[in-house]
Amino acid sequence: MVVTTIISYLFLAVGCFLIVVASIGIIRFPDVYSRIHPAGKSDTLGQAMIFIGLMIYEGLSFVSIKLLIIVIFIFITNPTATHALVNAAHAAGLKPWEKGDDRN
Amino acid sequence: MFDAVATIIVFAAILVLYRVIKGPTIYDRVLAANAIGTKTVVLIALIGFIYERPHFLDIALVYALINFIATIAILKYQEMGRLD
Amino acid sequence: MNFVFTSIIMFVFWILLSGEFHFLLMLSGIVFSLFVAYISHDLLIGSDNIRLFSTRMLRFCRYVPWLVWQILLANLDLVYRTLHPKMPIDPQVIRFDTALRSDIGITVLANSITLTPGTVTIVANQDGEFIVHAIARKPAKDLLAGEMQAKVKRVEG
Repeated sequence: MVVTTIISYLFLAVGCFLIVVASIGIIRFPDVYSRIHPAGKSDTLGQAMIFIGLMIYEGLSFVSIKLLIIVIFIFITNPTATHALVNAAHAAGLKPWEKGDDRN
Repeated sequence: MFDAVATIIVFAAILVLYRVIKGPTIYDRVLAANAIGTKTVVLIALIGFIYERPHFLDIALVYALINFIATIAILKYQEMGRLD
Repeated sequence: MNFVFTSIIMFVFWILLSGEFHFLLMLSGIVFSLFVAYISHDLLIGSDNIRLFSTRMLRFCRYVPWLVWQILLANLDLVYRTLHPKMPIDPQVIRFDTALRSDIGITVLANSITLTPGTVTIVANQDGEFIVHAIARKPAKDLLAGEMQAKVKRVEG
């Protein structure tokens, strides 16, 4: 076991944890507007963590540059997609869940 | 390690599938489908590393693109009723 | 000028993705990057001002470390809220106006709001009007304090 391998496994574990938390959040939160929070944040960082872990495992090569491009791409598109989604929900007139309402 | 991570991500995708099926609004479904798509991108990259075929990363990049465009297209169709 | 700049970026991207240096691949790379630049040279940079574009990119690089720190904080906050059995959320919808007018400034602010603790952009239009969904009262108050707007304003210049 080299040090870089251990560091990369650490990143992979954190990324995995964040993705599982994002999935639980998408199931548990009460409405679209609050479900956007785990989908927009935890999913983005979890993915980025896994790709950074793979980058550290790989070392410097064309493969790790490709991984870096995917990470940058995800950091631009994922918040944009969630913003488009919540914008469409707002335009359709969905009311946000408020404290005290029922959960579904 | 990579196969363990891939298994956990498949498990997370199955969790999110509950939201795709249950809804209740179309936005919940699109959100969950988008989340599954982002997990698939990670999965494809991991499969590339498990089988030591770096060309899978190109597929992952294209899948990320298609996932983003598909989400935008579904939302646009939902909002406008057409795609032109 | 725009056209040359876009085709150079496209060609660098081609090399990074292909990773090989055959003559035929390089030639088709040049042809395709010129073709793509011909179709879309007005999309990447927008106005003709390349100097403004590149200085903004440089200033954006100085903004990134703070953004990464905020993203880490946001995820810790979200993990706490998601895994807490009672789920301490109290959603608020707030609206405010910014002084930002350029496309890049509004885009950066909207994506930053989405990535930082407890807030998601609902509406961001060109007149600088923002509607934001906050998961609890404190993030809403922090956003209205305007620290992030000042930082994005510095990126915009």
